[in-house]
Amino acid sequence: MRILLVEDDKDVAGFVVKGLREAGHTVEHADNGRDGLFLAASENFDAIILDRMLPGGIDGLRLLETLRAQDNATPVLFLSALTQVDDRVKGLKAGGDDYLTKPFAFAELLARVEALARRGKGEGPSTRLVVGDLEMDLLSRGVKRAGQKIDLQPREFRLLEFLMRHAGQVVTRTMLLEGVWDYHFDPQTNVIDVHVSRLRQKIDKPFPTPLLHTVRNAGYMLRVEEP
Amino acid sequence: MAEPAYPIRPADIESGIDAGLQRVAAAIANEAPQKPRRAFLRSASIRFALLYGLVFGVSTILLAGSVRYSTLGILSRQTESAIRNDGASLLHSYQSGGIPELILSLGNRIHENPDDSAIYLLVDPLGNRIVGNMSSWPAGVTEDNIFYKIPIKHFTRRSTAEMRAYGLPNGDQLLIGRDIKMQEGLQIILRDAMFWALGAMIGLGVIGAVVIRSVFNRSLADIAATTKAIARGDLSQRVRRDMSGDEFDIMAETINDMLDRIARLMDGVRQVSNAIAHDLRTPITRARTRLEFAASHAASADELRAAVERATGELDGVVRVFEALLRISEIEAGARRSAFGPVDLNPVLTDLAEFYEPMADTRGIKLDTSWPTEVKVIGDRDMLQQAIANLLDNAIKFAPEHSTVRLAARLDNEVIEVHVADNGPGIPQKDRTRATERFYRAEAARNTPGTGLGLALVAAIAQLHQGRLRLDDNRPGLRAVIVLPRNLTKMQGPIRNPLRLTAAPESTLAGPGS
Repeated sequence: MRILLVEDDKDVAGFVVKGLREAGHTVEHADNGRDGLFLAASENFDAIILDRMLPGGIDGLRLLETLRAQDNATPVLFLSALTQVDDRVKGLKAGGDDYLTKPFAFAELLARVEALARRGKGEGPSTRLVVGDLEMDLLSRGVKRAGQKIDLQPREFRLLEFLMRHAGQVVTRTMLLEGVWDYHFDPQTNVIDVHVSRLRQKIDKPFPTPLLHTVRNAGYMLRVEEP
Repeated sequence: MAEPAYPIRPADIESGIDAGLQRVAAAIANEAPQKPRRAFLRSASIRFALLYGLVFGVSTILLAGSVRYSTLGILSRQTESAIRNDGASLLHSYQSGGIPELILSLGNRIHENPDDSAIYLLVDPLGNRIVGNMSSWPAGVTEDNIFYKIPIKHFTRRSTAEMRAYGLPNGDQLLIGRDIKMQEGLQIILRDAMFWALGAMIGLGVIGAVVIRSVFNRSLADIAATTKAIARGDLSQRVRRDMSGDEFDIMAETINDMLDRIARLMDGVRQVSNAIAHDLRTPITRARTRLEFAASHAASADELRAAVERATGELDGVVRVFEALLRISEIEAGARRSAFGPVDLNPVLTDLAEFYEPMADTRGIKLDTSWPTEVKVIGDRDMLQQAIANLLDNAIKFAPEHSTVRLAARLDNEVIEVHVADNGPGIPQKDRTRATERFYRAEAARNTPGTGLGLALVAAIAQLHQGRLRLDDNRPGLRAVIVLPRNLTKMQGPIRNPLRLTAAPESTLAGPGS
């Protein structure tokens, strides 16, 4: 995927560029708002990672507002040391699609950017999700694996749905917390892990090959194991 | 990163307070006058005395002026009306009996004139005196029927008189007047009295200024000395009070209260910064040592990686503490009231119970829940969620295995209470007021993971909602109760009160399950 990074801190930018390239993405980097806006407006990107405060007269918010005013709908992830809730709300109101505060774990950034970029593609509304032999019918709210019906609690269903929609991508605990429960705080205990392990009991335990994998230091991923 | 998103350092606060106090001290003590002449006027007591003198003087002058004006006015009007009456009756005499009758009347009047104050003069058209008690026609009186106030020579003595001339049909002229020397004397007496009063007033004003100045100085000197000492950094100084209850005493009390509060705040800041220093320094030290050790001792890439990962985890912990601290100060500043709206706690509680149930289940803990079908509050859903989640998190963490954690809500006419009760070690009575301070860790919790900020955050959130966090004894264990008012009063501006925890020994409402 083609990703634009607008970030003025050389070290942070360096790590992010390197990490994204290692993950197989093409990355353009601008270290000020003016260049960032020029790149964002003149080239096509799958996602933009945007620092809130930038040198060069145009800060992240202005850049994004200008971009949105030109009907450019490229998904944007804000990266910012402004952690106040109002700052977050401002960022999202200006047209940002996601917001990550510094300091961040690279795995979190990668997972979120990939999720954003893929969402931008949008396959349209579907009524059926399939990952390997796991099937989910969104209309009848039924789940089957290898033809065998699996009973899920409503919240387990939503958790699985989220994982299946992001199949093949790393999904972090925070993403689950926000996406499935709509919670925006940090539960200090491993509540999410307990939920995932419960789900795993139902969809993986009775079957020979696991689908729900733990990604070390990052989160979870639902995918078909390569043989 | 170009973003300065760090909290205010305690040193900033301290220097800010110092600067403020210095200004106060300078203002009170009138410090460092640039020019001595201006310094005299800059003294509040002198200014006060001058102002007092000015107001007093102006009112005295006004009073004396009005007395003088009205007294002299009445006398002058009386004189005029006497002249007018005299004139009317003399003209009447003239009309009834001609000149002889008039001369007779004039003769009578001059004869009966007891104090010689009435003046009459009848002259022929050539100006020769026919009859009268004045030697000649005064030069100043030129027209008829107008009152003149002029100096006259009244035979031998000089005087001032008010006079009016009447022309008679035969060409003779009649002058009627009154000697007003007495009025003039009264005028002079009143003027002199005014000057004397003014002089006395200036004298008294100067004495008053000196007295006021010394009273001011006596009362303010102590305040100035105290504030100066505090500006120098000695926060233990207090203004001496005379307990008289007068304005200065009240001001001294107010200043002392302010100083107490500043001292408490400074203590709080110091405590928090010590706690931050400790709670952040520890994981940072650990991470640093680990990295340093790994750099020099790691035998393999795997070992190195493991060390780096653990250090990263420790830094994440630091970030978490940081974020919790920022969140608390953000909430304490009241910045998040903008997100307030009606919230039904029923689905919030249902979701949270469902969220934590599997977690409780892993420890064999039963989550016992009960709340009314509708629990409406005005507030911020996210924050209420977080507050209740923090309490549940704690309860499940500290409850013994295979016990019950109770999550309940109840409401009466005035308040809504959300109870989270466990049978864990609880918090000893003596520690309960401290339990919502930042970084408080109960003895029993020393070795469990956590930032020590959870209850502080809950208390802050409750305060933002005009409620409070109450910690009760669950016999055994802790029952944390978020008490929220059902009707929020006016909510404007940031919270000024310090976060307070009311550690009531027992709930006013009977707790659920007890």
